[in-house]
Amino acid sequence: MDQIAPTTVPISDAERDELRRHGILLTGLEELYNWGRSRSVWPLNFGLACCAIEMIAASMAKFDIARFGSEVFRPSPRQADLLIVSGTVTKKMAPQVVRLWNQMPEPKFCIAMGACAISGGPFKQGYNVLKGIDRFIPVDIYIPGCPPRPEALLHGLVQLQEKMRGQTISGPAAPRHLRADVDCDCPIPEFGEHDLEPPQNDVLFQPPASPVRPPKA
Amino acid sequence: MSTEITPPASPNAGAFPTGGLGDLSPGGAHVRAVHDEFHGDLLEVSMGPHHPSTHGVFRMVVTLDGERIVKLKPVFGYLHRNHEKLGEGTSYLGSMPYTDRLDYLCSMTNNWAYAVAVEKLAGLTVPERAEYVRVILAELTRLLNHTCLAGFLMQDCGCSGTPLMYAFREREKILDLFESLSGSRMMCNYQRFGGCRVDPPADWLARAQTLVDGYTAFLDEFEALLTGNEIVMARTQGVGCLSSALAVSAGVTGPALRATGVNYDLRKVDAYGVYPRFTFRVPLGAHGDVYDRYMIRVLEMRESVGILKQALAGLPGGPIMNPAAKLRGFRPKAGEAYGRIEGPKGEIGFYLISDGSPNPWRYRVRPPSFINLTILEDMCLGHTVADAVIILGSVDIVLGEVDR
Amino acid sequence: METPEQIRDRLLARFPGAQVTVVVNGSPSAQHSLLVDAAHGREIAGFLRDDPVLRLDQCSNVTGVDWPEKEVVETTKTTVPDPAGGTPKIIEEKSKRIEPGCLEVVYHLFSVALRHGPVVLRMRTGNRTDAVTLPSLMPVWRSCDFQEREVFDLFGVKFDGHPDLRRILMWDAFKDHPMRKDYVEPDDYEWEPTPHGDVLAKARKHFPAPAAPAAAPTPPSPTA
Repeated sequence: MDQIAPTTVPISDAERDELRRHGILLTGLEELYNWGRSRSVWPLNFGLACCAIEMIAASMAKFDIARFGSEVFRPSPRQADLLIVSGTVTKKMAPQVVRLWNQMPEPKFCIAMGACAISGGPFKQGYNVLKGIDRFIPVDIYIPGCPPRPEALLHGLVQLQEKMRGQTISGPAAPRHLRADVDCDCPIPEFGEHDLEPPQNDVLFQPPASPVRPPKA
Repeated sequence: MSTEITPPASPNAGAFPTGGLGDLSPGGAHVRAVHDEFHGDLLEVSMGPHHPSTHGVFRMVVTLDGERIVKLKPVFGYLHRNHEKLGEGTSYLGSMPYTDRLDYLCSMTNNWAYAVAVEKLAGLTVPERAEYVRVILAELTRLLNHTCLAGFLMQDCGCSGTPLMYAFREREKILDLFESLSGSRMMCNYQRFGGCRVDPPADWLARAQTLVDGYTAFLDEFEALLTGNEIVMARTQGVGCLSSALAVSAGVTGPALRATGVNYDLRKVDAYGVYPRFTFRVPLGAHGDVYDRYMIRVLEMRESVGILKQALAGLPGGPIMNPAAKLRGFRPKAGEAYGRIEGPKGEIGFYLISDGSPNPWRYRVRPPSFINLTILEDMCLGHTVADAVIILGSVDIVLGEVDR
Repeated sequence: METPEQIRDRLLARFPGAQVTVVVNGSPSAQHSLLVDAAHGREIAGFLRDDPVLRLDQCSNVTGVDWPEKEVVETTKTTVPDPAGGTPKIIEEKSKRIEPGCLEVVYHLFSVALRHGPVVLRMRTGNRTDAVTLPSLMPVWRSCDFQEREVFDLFGVKFDGHPDLRRILMWDAFKDHPMRKDYVEPDDYEWEPTPHGDVLAKARKHFPAPAAPAAAPTPPSPTA
């Protein structure tokens, strides 16, 4: 749970509130940096299928994603912070999704919205369906649902903002763009004769462990 | 001796300068050779599959001569989720939730089309109350779809977001009704073979009545902003003209066909359900351009409000589901059936071949969006890229249905 | 509108060499279809479109169907007289034969001008391997453009006379025809929470049978 707790400056919250009442704001560079980053996440205007309609509904007047900082949906990946993979990723579309991900500059985040983006969803038995976008790009937040309600997307966005606030400027909890040891680009799959080649990115995706049935009582 | 079959001539032949490239009129579209070599002054632009205006993952490979389009090849398949193969592996009822996800804006009409096809296959009748409820939900879906289309079309014209906000505000009201009736905003899974899943309660009908009564005011507000708007008229009139002969030959159905002046509305032609009991008009266009397609949809919304008022007033009592219809162990006799209804986008039909087992042998969706795109190239030739975006918007496609 | 039998009779009168049969539909929908041979497919289609009584100007739906080969068991009964003059014996012989499979394309035709339909037209290929060519009806009805490309992509039927026959839904390098009944999907997912049927069979290939449950740990023996 440490990841999502905000970093603390060595002064108690009561003392900080007291100072704030007098008009003095005390904060740390990390907290300020994360506060600015997390409160203005601009998503890419990217919708694949049915979940995209719920994403559009979340950006409309009734649910209003703009009050969470996602004021504009950028059409160009070069200007976007967040890739909301909303809808089924097919194998034909997968190389384009990875290409878009690579074109987004760091810091960038990915939300897998909907059952199809998480694992293939109701179309899992599909010869053209990619069983989850996390086979090729790193996903930060998973939002289940088919489709998830716009409130669920907003909840996921708030969780992402909490995750961003829990990141540090240096060290292992630093985001990708501040670490020299992590490669930000993902390899793009190619169209093979029967399937994508490679069918998944083995660095990012480990198949789940063997399912074990609970022992009979 | 082979009969020489000539394609219908296009009214746009010679209308636009083609820079010495010869006759690129749509009438010659499907018998000319495909160009592969560039003449040095052509530019090939790939629009999509990620593009703000392509209404989903749709790709158009556009060849431009300066600003004018000389060739447009659509590329499909970016959302091909093998719906038909899944239908073969699932029972008949198990495919009903998948039909929600075809045209994901209009799940109620998809469900109804599938239910009609299976009812034809198995010879099931539907009680009167269920037919009225189906009409009410289908017309609400038509309102929803056409409102969203007007919003998206204006988005494509460049009014970034405001008409869409108004459209989605009304859509949310209709989705509230769907959610309280079927449990889900979009993926309703509400129709069954022989009726509907749940009987709408009296307070739902009262809320539907309130919505319908207030919808005309919204339409007046929307139209006051858009229909006489000189920018909308300048951008959409005369753009993307489609001749009626080509539309019929290309299998175009729905508002896009009626915009060319062809009086073909399945609610009147097939007279399915209880539509013969309602009085409504079928709006027809004169030019087949984008403005006509937009106006047809606005007028159809007004007619839908009229049908809804009549249906809500005349809703009979009775069962909501045919008592003889089986839900479990449903095995129709070996045979086949093609059932279709007038969905908001056109003729949506299902073709089912049964071999007597619980799963269909062949399950085919007749997707109106896919077939309406047959003449996309013809409509876009000679226009600019900005016009191509509006023409695509006016065809009203949903990729879940195009690619299945 | 005319019945399929009447249409068949008129077609046979107009095209004497053609083979047109009525395929009876067993379901209550009573939508019987006309099976037409491939050689005369396009002529018959043109006739159906231009005939003033039918005017089937819209081909609404083009469907591909895969009929794999199936084993048919036929029982023949022969009566053998008894040489001793008693009752003749009836011998049953069962013979198995393989009915060859084919790919079938079904066209649903409607008339927008006269507001009737559907007239269902079917064409079958010779087999599922090499004789998979059928005439394209795109010169007759423009709506066959994308739909025949889809049947080519997913079933492998080649349409003779289609100006742009290439894959439409799958990528160009894809080699299989996925809607065929004998298509094997790539093995690309490992785990399902509640697998059953062939999904369970696929899942078992990735995971070995669970090991015997470990014996309960023996309590440590008391030591000083």
